[in-house]
Amino acid sequence: MKKTYDFAIVGGGLVGMAIAHGLAKRGQTVVVLDGEDTSFRAARGNFGLVWVSGKGRKQSDYGRWSLESSLLWPAFARELEDASGLSLGYSRPGGLNIAMSEASLASSVENVEYLRRQDARLTYEVLDHGLLKELVPEIGPDVVGAVYSENDGHVSPLYTLRALLTAFESEGGDYIPKASVTAIERDSDGFHLDTVLGTFRSGKLVLCAGLGNRDLAPMVGLDAPVVPLRGQILVTERVRPFLHYPTLSVRQTAEGSVLLGESAEDVGMDAGVTADIVAHIARKSIQPFPLLQNVNVVRAWGALRVMTPDSMPIYEESVDCPGAFLTTCHSGVTLAAAHSELLVPWMLGGQRPPILDYFYAKRFHV
Amino acid sequence: MFSPIEGSVPKLIRIEVDGKPVDVPESLTVAAALLYAGVRTFRRTPVSHAPRAPFCMMGVCFECLVKIDDQPNQQSCMVKVRKGMRVSFMNGARDIQ
Repeated sequence: MKKTYDFAIVGGGLVGMAIAHGLAKRGQTVVVLDGEDTSFRAARGNFGLVWVSGKGRKQSDYGRWSLESSLLWPAFARELEDASGLSLGYSRPGGLNIAMSEASLASSVENVEYLRRQDARLTYEVLDHGLLKELVPEIGPDVVGAVYSENDGHVSPLYTLRALLTAFESEGGDYIPKASVTAIERDSDGFHLDTVLGTFRSGKLVLCAGLGNRDLAPMVGLDAPVVPLRGQILVTERVRPFLHYPTLSVRQTAEGSVLLGESAEDVGMDAGVTADIVAHIARKSIQPFPLLQNVNVVRAWGALRVMTPDSMPIYEESVDCPGAFLTTCHSGVTLAAAHSELLVPWMLGGQRPPILDYFYAKRFHV
Repeated sequence: MFSPIEGSVPKLIRIEVDGKPVDVPESLTVAAALLYAGVRTFRRTPVSHAPRAPFCMMGVCFECLVKIDDQPNQQSCMVKVRKGMRVSFMNGARDIQ
């Protein structure tokens, strides 16, 4: 007779692994059922921002939830580095939203000021060209200024995922790749999850399958109205450190390569790259940082963000099938610490964090 | 370690390697010419400063990167030597202006 796990996690991306690690380190027996190499994997195409600033205009609890996670990240990163022996390239120097026009600066300031009025911890500073140049001497002459927020940081998403997996396995967790879940049934013993590798059994389950949650959620009486939104990213050769602060569209990694991004296209289930968007990203990156114009791009890729209609997360336990949870968000890096530390105690039977009151799928059914 | 095929009489041209004149067969790529000239370490990596030398010699591995005529991170196995070419080694991450 096969083992019954306390928890089955469906999906081994950043959301699933953060929750799996949080459960396993609290003594639960956990199996992660992951998809195929060819599955769409937002966690492996991520830009790597741990970002708070500007989030939560439609619902300020989203900004607060991102802030809670950002505040937990330093300890979370240390814990993962200790458990895995990897360096995550994490830092929290504060982030910059660079403006190339007075109008865009004014619009950013209006937004962050609105958010600061909702919660005084959502702090920011407005930097004119001169102040910004003190922080980043390499900015170009056409930059008008930037909004700086101390709450923002960045990290290697790939090392984070690998560290979560290493930590999870050292805590006794079972990670099973190529085990896409095709059906879920529930009886008095708990849940039965069918995969090509056989049926897995668990007392509780958490759906963290990104776009796959669309099909999985209805199997346990839940709803995951998520759609893909493609982003394309370029990475350059390694260059000497020149950009200490992450920005929304350009960040330099701890190893020296520079990531360029911030595109958003509604193109369905297609994670490819296109010459026009790659060229557009390159041109947009040279405006604030002209010194990048002679730097070689070594690779470009696309990935699909997992978006709800309002871009905010869904956290929900099934009413029909208690013990079945749904977690979906498009900020799996930023929210990893909150998922591991604040969401997991709820899944273990504790109180649902009140800050999550808004994040039910029912908000999409008016 | 590397020598011309027996009986071949290569025509030599002069290039500059780290500021010093070196005569190499004109038919070679920069990577082959540097190996011919006895170079064993082409660069030091940006992160760990480990020594590197060509691995694939066919444009795939990016291990043979050198600076050629002031252009950093050039794949030396994909560029033929030219008379007067200036070649130097990459020591860590490239600079940008």
